Amino acid sequence: MTTLTDDTLPVTPRAMRDEMIAFVLMALLLASVPFTGVYPFFVMQALCFALLACAFNLLIGYGGLLSFGHAMFLGTAGYCCAHALKVWALPPELGILVGIAAAFVLSLITGYISIRRQGIYFSMITLALSQLLYFIYLQAPFTHGEDGIQGIPQGRMFGVFDLSKPTVLYYVVLVGFLAGFLLIYRIINSPFGEVLKSIRENEQRAISLGYRTDQYKFLAFVLSGTLAGFAGALKVFVAQNASLTDVHWSMSGEVVLMTLVGGLGTIFGPVVGAFAIIAMQQYLAGFGQWVTVIQGSIFVVCVLTFRRGVIGEIAHYFRRSL
Amino acid sequence: MQALYAQLLVGLINGSFYALLSLGLAVIFGMLNIINFAHGALYMMGAFVAYFLLSLGGINYWWALLIAPVIVGIFGMILERTMLQWLTGLDHLYGLLLTFGIALIVQGVFQNYFGSSGLPYAIPDQLKGGMNLGFMFLPIYRGWVVVFSLVVCLATWFLIEKTQLGAYLRAATENPTLVRAFGINVPRMITLTYGLGVGLAALAGVLSAPINQVRPLMGADLIIVVFAVVVIGGMGSIMGSIITGFALGVIEGLTKYFYPEASNTVVFVLMVLVLLVKPTGLTGRAA
Repeated sequence: MTTLTDDTLPVTPRAMRDEMIAFVLMALLLASVPFTGVYPFFVMQALCFALLACAFNLLIGYGGLLSFGHAMFLGTAGYCCAHALKVWALPPELGILVGIAAAFVLSLITGYISIRRQGIYFSMITLALSQLLYFIYLQAPFTHGEDGIQGIPQGRMFGVFDLSKPTVLYYVVLVGFLAGFLLIYRIINSPFGEVLKSIRENEQRAISLGYRTDQYKFLAFVLSGTLAGFAGALKVFVAQNASLTDVHWSMSGEVVLMTLVGGLGTIFGPVVGAFAIIAMQQYLAGFGQWVTVIQGSIFVVCVLTFRRGVIGEIAHYFRRSL
Repeated sequence: MQALYAQLLVGLINGSFYALLSLGLAVIFGMLNIINFAHGALYMMGAFVAYFLLSLGGINYWWALLIAPVIVGIFGMILERTMLQWLTGLDHLYGLLLTFGIALIVQGVFQNYFGSSGLPYAIPDQLKGGMNLGFMFLPIYRGWVVVFSLVVCLATWFLIEKTQLGAYLRAATENPTLVRAFGINVPRMITLTYGLGVGLAALAGVLSAPINQVRPLMGADLIIVVFAVVVIGGMGSIMGSIITGFALGVIEGLTKYFYPEASNTVVFVLMVLVLLVKPTGLTGRAA
């Protein structure tokens, strides 16, 4: 049985140089957005989803674990951050920390439960857990049910950066995204990341070599969930609300789709996928439910003919890892 | 006490749907190694086919009970021939992703034409009204759903566990290459199995049409509960799926009576508890 990313290439020093060049190019491109007249709100939203997809990719692309409930981290961090900002009137940096902490605790609990089963069961368990949280948030008073938490004050980050100014907010979100991205890149290329990949390729052998694979997978899950929470906390400042949409299973599905389109197990794929899917939603917003149909069709086409994704195909063509 | 019995009955009905759906998932998983995310969408299609048969063709409930599963089953077999069969040998997860995409397409198309509101489907004349059992009032249609689902479940169990065809099927689940070597057309059997599993989902859809209205998203949330049921029961045993399905329906019904706030979540909470106590699920076959 082939694994999800059976044709990724081993990372060589040369490939790492390529990756750093690509990273600098991406950072420069994103940093120049406010000067180009591109609608910054769109890019900020895409950046939040890109970080979410990168966090998700850490789990599936490098750990071989398909989580179908990553929206629970996005939504939980969002709700907690929004609550901290609005009700407790905390400054933005502490609000983000509250959101991240909430996602961290949640990922400890859900990771402990879901890592007990493998493969397809793991996906079903994460989906069921996120649905459980969805119903809890639907009924919990602090989330305001169907209305969500609205009119969240953006405040001044570190008392200096006024987040109500779009350009300032844009750069704060961008820095957050790049920091998260680099952290994930670092994790992937660490000894921990290498063990994780070996578990993805052949868990039995990793066990026979003396690795406690469950602990590695658990740690990957917690890292992925916490980073997804970071994305959720950042998104609060962009959208200025926290609602049930962010916890719904369809959101989990969208994250999977973004990563699949960009390329599972590629470093830049989730970013490209997130921009592609968010752009598609923007342009097709007037078509109502046809957007769902198109998303479904992309799933089908990707799985049947395009399993490497955009970046995966490019990397394969140039025989590089990207 | 009346309210308790009424909730128990609702629980049994939901349990019937859980059993029919998780049974289909288990049969499909056994042969195709795919978790059929489209199961909820195909359940919804079953209800819609029954609705169209009645409103457009004047074909009544009893025929719909037969025709809808066949139509949806054929649709499923086309899906299997055109798409799912290409996933043989790939990671399980691609099957989940592909069928998730199919579910989005099917649900999206129906939502476009029918919105999110429900369409009514009348209870057939023969099953209207109710009986007084002394301790409770039993609406005949609801009693019928429970009894009929139970019969279908047991018939499926019999087909798979006790007949020659079922023996081929079980053998092909264990070792498809060897079974092919005996001259049995395994690919065709896989297609038929998918049709059977999907047909069971469609049948559940027809049964539910007069109770819950016919809605494009009627299967979307249901399938997630059924996934939890499958995690609890495991997919290793047909009888296990049936019993777990009904049992969880009843527990959900009891929760509606004693602590209604938790009725949406009780199945998921039970799943968590089962995973903590017995990670392999109740029927105990590790994944």
